[in-house]
Amino acid sequence: MLADKDRIFTNIYGFDSPWLDGARARGDWDGTNKLIELGRDKIIDEMKESGLRGRGGAGFPTGVKWSFMPKEIGTRPHYLVINADEGEPGTCKDREIMRSEPHKLIEGALVASFAMGAHAAYCYVRGEFHHEIDCLQRAVDEAYEAGLIGDDACGTGWKFDFYVHSGAGAYICGEETSLIESLEGKKGQPRLKPPFPAGVGVWGCPTTVNNVESIAVAPTILRRGADWFSGIGRPNNVGTKLFNISGHVNQPCTVEEEMGIPLKELIERHAGGVRGGWDNLLCVIPGGASVPVLPKSICDDVLMDFDSLREQRSGLGTAAVMVMDKSTDVIKAIARLSAFYKHESCGQCTPCREGTGWMARVMQRMVSGDAHIDEIDTLEEVTRQVEGHTICALGDAAAWPIQGLIRHFRPEMEKRILDNIARRSAAE
Amino acid sequence: MNIEQPSSFAFSAENLEKAKWHIAKYPDGRQQSAVMPLLDLAQRQNGGWIPQAAIEVIADMLDMASIRVYEVATFYTMYNLKPVGKHFVQVCTNLPCWLRGSDQIMAACKKVTGCSNGETSADGDFTVLEVECLGACVNAPMMQIGDDYYEDLDSATTEEVLTALKAGQKPKVGSQSGRYTCEPAGGITTLTDRYPDRAAKAGGDD
Repeated sequence: MLADKDRIFTNIYGFDSPWLDGARARGDWDGTNKLIELGRDKIIDEMKESGLRGRGGAGFPTGVKWSFMPKEIGTRPHYLVINADEGEPGTCKDREIMRSEPHKLIEGALVASFAMGAHAAYCYVRGEFHHEIDCLQRAVDEAYEAGLIGDDACGTGWKFDFYVHSGAGAYICGEETSLIESLEGKKGQPRLKPPFPAGVGVWGCPTTVNNVESIAVAPTILRRGADWFSGIGRPNNVGTKLFNISGHVNQPCTVEEEMGIPLKELIERHAGGVRGGWDNLLCVIPGGASVPVLPKSICDDVLMDFDSLREQRSGLGTAAVMVMDKSTDVIKAIARLSAFYKHESCGQCTPCREGTGWMARVMQRMVSGDAHIDEIDTLEEVTRQVEGHTICALGDAAAWPIQGLIRHFRPEMEKRILDNIARRSAAE
Repeated sequence: MNIEQPSSFAFSAENLEKAKWHIAKYPDGRQQSAVMPLLDLAQRQNGGWIPQAAIEVIADMLDMASIRVYEVATFYTMYNLKPVGKHFVQVCTNLPCWLRGSDQIMAACKKVTGCSNGETSADGDFTVLEVECLGACVNAPMMQIGDDYYEDLDSATTEEVLTALKAGQKPKVGSQSGRYTCEPAGGITTLTDRYPDRAAKAGGDD
């Protein structure tokens, strides 16, 4: 278990003041000018060495991403865009950062922007987070007032502006190019890559899009050193991470833990265990709605990090752990996610637009058992046709939960269908 | 749409100032980026929905074709293009909320307001809508009413919140089960030196 002294988010529950006085007492904005004085190259090197992998779901190394920005600032300004469009079902970590630790995010944005030659950061927050937007804006106003950001940020001479932009209810805007489109005042439909945002991002300018948590941990990593951060967890899966544990546990919660903590320990130590005890566990979706479900047999000893979960053909995603006990109709649970993806498909790519609707309809029939056994194979085949054939990953995200269901719960699906056939013939 | 559209729309002086503040966030010539906050302002000013006339006004202000504004207004779910009840009740029914009883929350909404999914009560007090994940999953089940989140709900607390609103009261927002935010209900399991009063009691009383 992670020691308290190694926790970054010491006010994650909001027991203390989120405002500047409280943040300073927790060590935020302490010698930020010295972090800036490290210089661009040193900051990026340190972030690379820390091994931080992006906390938004894909797990791409943050320092490497920062290094993709042009070295020299040309005629086009550089931008940092912070992805706070938190909408992956199960995920509610960035919300806590924005309302309880907003200064970590703003300080991180300054340091990251400086390292990438950006004089402005735009934080795109999902519109439903009205309260969190107010909190973040209040903290931004405080930071301007105190001279921490603005024309001479922290007395370094670096001009830095932080803007809060509100979304309006579209899951797809959590995809980085879609978010950029939305920030430009358009409907949020993903762009083809290349060009990548580091070359052509918002308003045609070099842009890096990072998750809230990735940015908010940066100042602490730079203060305490890459070695400290990379010494937590397992190789290639290092550092601390905010986990959201929801569903059938006794005490759902958000907690900062070390990467690679066993799933069972995470649930039992912090979330009060599975409702009815560990043996009452049916399955867990370990990383937000997009990653495949894992049956209890795998949950017994799997570790919560990128590589361990990928080995089990699932993923860490956003580290949003959704727990289902044996009372759960797992087919209905996955069908609910299929309905979600149908609702959220932006409609741009045919395989996703048509596929998510088709998959959701067939999943509804799988719930009632009103299907043929061989349609399970057809369903699997259709998920493969959608996966990898769309501009963005929403098609993949719609396909994977169904693939996980078929992989681990095919006998339940077959039984549902056979029971339905038996019921109908008995009625005749 | 078969709804009565006002013949004109104009931002109030206060909202015009807010609109200018939003527009100033974006680089020169990129004022289109302010279309989303301006639609939100219009919706708030107009009692929860965006009339056609507001779309025209915003298009003029931002030098956009009105169809481009309309395209944005129809793409994002938070923009209502027809009237909604005074209290717009959005119940999350996505997986984490469903696992913890969002079906009962919908039933409680029906009981108090008379509204099924997508309906507005005859007195115009309530609109009830099932929505996708609202990002408060460790406080499930939950609903958003207007700007406010009501979390850790059950049938009884849902009824209490709605009944209070109906009576013109302002119920407490956030957790309805006594939690502070997203900490474990039985007491914190981390950061206990810092917040000893919040720690789980040794031996635990379930």
